Amino acid sequence: MDQIALDIPKLMFLAFAGIAVVAAFNLILQRNPIYSALSLIVTLCVMAALFLMLSAPFIAVIQIVVYAGAIMVLFVFVIMLLNIREEESKVDRQKYLKWAAAPMFLALLAQVFAVIRYVDAQAPPIQSPNAPGVNPADSLGTVESIANAMFTTYVLPFEATSVLILMAIVGSQLLARREKKEDIERIEEALAVEQSEQELAHRTSEKSNEEVAA
Amino acid sequence: MVPLSWYLALSAVLFTIGVVGVVIQRNIIVLFMCIELMLNAVNLTLVSFSRFMGDVTGQLFVFIVMAVAAAEAAVGLAIIIALFRNRETLNVDEADLLKL
Repeated sequence: MDQIALDIPKLMFLAFAGIAVVAAFNLILQRNPIYSALSLIVTLCVMAALFLMLSAPFIAVIQIVVYAGAIMVLFVFVIMLLNIREEESKVDRQKYLKWAAAPMFLALLAQVFAVIRYVDAQAPPIQSPNAPGVNPADSLGTVESIANAMFTTYVLPFEATSVLILMAIVGSQLLARREKKEDIERIEEALAVEQSEQELAHRTSEKSNEEVAA
Repeated sequence: MVPLSWYLALSAVLFTIGVVGVVIQRNIIVLFMCIELMLNAVNLTLVSFSRFMGDVTGQLFVFIVMAVAAAEAAVGLAIIIALFRNRETLNVDEADLLKL
């Protein structure tokens, strides 16, 4: 790259990248988790715009619907459900980690940029799926082309994903379940009966002891 | 056109911010969101490689990563709720029962 000619896509990329990085920093620096969740939603939406620039419209839509929609609603729901006040940490054993974070950040970035410097790829031209006489399945990133690969070459990973999601459903049900009220009452009743039986047995044995003593 | 290295650089920056967030934050929900951020940074890399190689496989990987992220979020948030019921806290330093 001898000279960087700024055209419209580059300017758009820089704008989106700036928003994404600022929102990501806001995510990790906020003390209130609800603000963190909101800035993560901003980052995710900007990423969807970048996916559109990379001619991946299906992934961009999925990003908005699944990530910014479903997953983030789940996060916000849990934050509201638990109704957490801003709490100061009672124990702060990890204080030194905060000082280690900045050098770690720089070291990790330096490593990655050392590799990226040598990346010099040109984007191959792709057909527009809307052009006349073009089969959408031959164009990159359309629903047709993704479905084509997903249900032929990669059908096994796809099915494995469905098993994974089933396991996640069962697991989260089991974890978040509260004991039923009648179950708790039954257990308490059983415990009370056992206790009274024990007391009775204790008393009769005491009485027989007294009789023996007499 | 935007060169590939720009996308990779943005992805690296976002991933690193996620790592730093995991290190400096103590709230378990924010930790979870940092993990989502890192997953998304990797997704950006996959999609940009898919574009620059002209191969749709990268986008398929992104689809599966998103499914895994959804499953992980559901189970993780259930664990957070169970933890909050038992401990009344979201600070990861307070949940140290297995620590010597």
